[in-house]
Amino acid sequence: MLPLRFRRVTMSARVLVGVKRVIDYAVKIRVKPDRTGVVTDGVKHSMNPFCEIAVEEAVKLKEKKLVKEVVAVSCGPQQVQETIRTALAMGADRGIHVEVSGKDYETLGPLQVSKIFAALAKKEQADLIILGKQAIDDDCNQTGQMTAALLDWPQGTFASEVTLEADKLKVVREIDGGLETIKIKLPAVVTADLRLNTPRYATLPNIMKAKKKKIVNVKPADLGVDVSSRLEVLKVDEPPQRQSGVKVETVHDLVEKLKEAGRI
Amino acid sequence: MAAAMALVRGVRFGSYSIGRSRSLIFNSLQRRGIAACVDPSIGLTDEQKEFQKVAFDFAANEMAPHMAEWDQKEIFPVEAMRKAAQLGFGGIYVNPDVGGSGLSRLDTSIIFEALSTGCVSTTAYISIHNMCAWMIDTFGNNEQREKFCPDLCSMQKFASYCLTEPGSGSDAASLLTSAKLQGDHYILNGSKAFISGGGDTDVYVVMCRTGEKGPKGISCVVVEKGTAGLSFGKKEKKVGWNSQPTRAVIFEDCAVPVTNRLGAEGEGFSIAMKGLNGGRINIASCSLGAAHASVLLARDHMCVRKQFGETLSNSQFLQFKLAEMATKLVASRLLVRQAAVALQEGRPDAVSLCSMAKLFVTDECFAICNQALQIHGGYGYLKDYAVQQYVRDIRVHQILEGNDFFCLIHVSEILYVKLLQI
Repeated sequence: MLPLRFRRVTMSARVLVGVKRVIDYAVKIRVKPDRTGVVTDGVKHSMNPFCEIAVEEAVKLKEKKLVKEVVAVSCGPQQVQETIRTALAMGADRGIHVEVSGKDYETLGPLQVSKIFAALAKKEQADLIILGKQAIDDDCNQTGQMTAALLDWPQGTFASEVTLEADKLKVVREIDGGLETIKIKLPAVVTADLRLNTPRYATLPNIMKAKKKKIVNVKPADLGVDVSSRLEVLKVDEPPQRQSGVKVETVHDLVEKLKEAGRI
Repeated sequence: MAAAMALVRGVRFGSYSIGRSRSLIFNSLQRRGIAACVDPSIGLTDEQKEFQKVAFDFAANEMAPHMAEWDQKEIFPVEAMRKAAQLGFGGIYVNPDVGGSGLSRLDTSIIFEALSTGCVSTTAYISIHNMCAWMIDTFGNNEQREKFCPDLCSMQKFASYCLTEPGSGSDAASLLTSAKLQGDHYILNGSKAFISGGGDTDVYVVMCRTGEKGPKGISCVVVEKGTAGLSFGKKEKKVGWNSQPTRAVIFEDCAVPVTNRLGAEGEGFSIAMKGLNGGRINIASCSLGAAHASVLLARDHMCVRKQFGETLSNSQFLQFKLAEMATKLVASRLLVRQAAVALQEGRPDAVSLCSMAKLFVTDECFAICNQALQIHGGYGYLKDYAVQQYVRDIRVHQILEGNDFFCLIHVSEILYVKLLQI
């Protein structure tokens, strides 16, 4: 059995896509009165926008017949099945629900999730993992990178363009300096950035077909992953209220004020 | 909590202040973090929530940004509707074997309610188109279904429902358009009034008289655009529903093949009424969407507008008014959904429930939108603000597909007859 890294990618390629259930981007976030987190009860949730882009890319690869199967994965309580169903309605073939609930779910972070993904990648013999570049609730931007490190796979992060060429992936990355193009060998991890694609609307027939697609339940313990966190959240606050500014009449006044504030 | 609320308002001030462009106002429709009490997804199955989500997303992205332009320039948004059809909205309750989505009446109501938040007028036309496609699917033979339904479901072709005439609105059974049999064609003479889509659509489902006076003499034929003798009146200038053209449809010795007749001779009126049962639920659903959007707009405005030193949201009177509007919205929604379930299950009370739902919901939702306009004050009267378009667009819902007065007659007939039976 060849090590994962040397397997050639053929039409039997399998893609794992991570989808995270987050508070809907349009919702106004409120901090809980006890300052331990934000209010999530009764608040509209939906799929992380970058995860939608990741699903779209995977489904596109399948439509181009470059990969055979797209598996949508989500970690969390029962409600994340809605998010997996959305991925299935967009074209994923089956889903895996990694059950994490209660306190474990509140403290679930990129390190534990990347361990789960690494274990699943081996179990499912995935050739490609596509994730969103970051989640809009924690903005960590770590899961993709950590997953690649745990698997010792190459990574193409902040992808704005992905092209499969035989067993190599050409990834155009959006970096601070501009656009960087790299070629990485499969199997690999890719994280999707905003301009990678425009996610499709699920069609009514696809939503109905999604009902028949399977979602399998798995526990982290089954994958040999310990989900306890090394981090403890001490407190959560809103950003400080914006103070009103001061208008000055002359440049002289401006310099005085800046000196007073100790800025110059 | 107070600090968080202050922050929320502070943030809103930055991104949304009175007088700003409409796109920012429409973003408020996407603030789906609205209190759970008016959330339209409560009580739905997971699958229905998915349908609703697609419809809401489509409405917010593809319709809402253009709603005002479509209204002011009277544009019939063919491309946007075809995009909707690609998602399956062209024949929502039409059989999948001819290209439809095969969903239930309740699913349909949920979808139209969500789409309507993006543009009432366009959604209402889509619902009329759906009604026509369903009539051909249900009452047509296989040739007719295969000829017309696939194109209608994909919106390659658009449809119009032709029942009303200058002399017969509520009294639909007294229609005069005649269809005389000559060989293997009917020769149609007469005219239809107020036809939604008339002149721009391709397929006309026409109720015409093939036999004696009264409902039993009416048949239903499908007339295609381009048929000799088919012409159209001028485009009507309307208060609302401006994204769909309304014209008279005129038949002058218009020859229609007998093979275009749906069902048997004399069944036309029954076909028309069955189409309208669903149509009433659809129109009521469109009213719901407008009312829902208006409640959100009113709430947002109240959080921003200050008078007498505080925001309108601090006025107990207005808080109660909004609560009243929310209550009536939820009550209306429950009635429409119940009517939809009754219709799809073929319950005996379905027909009366559809009329009751239309009557109650179109009235209540208009009152809600009107109240929302009032809450906006002077700004509510400006076309820069969406609320006036909702008011104008849903005003006609109290009139067509079963005028309020007609619905009252309908329901009282059923009550009266039942009473007499006791």
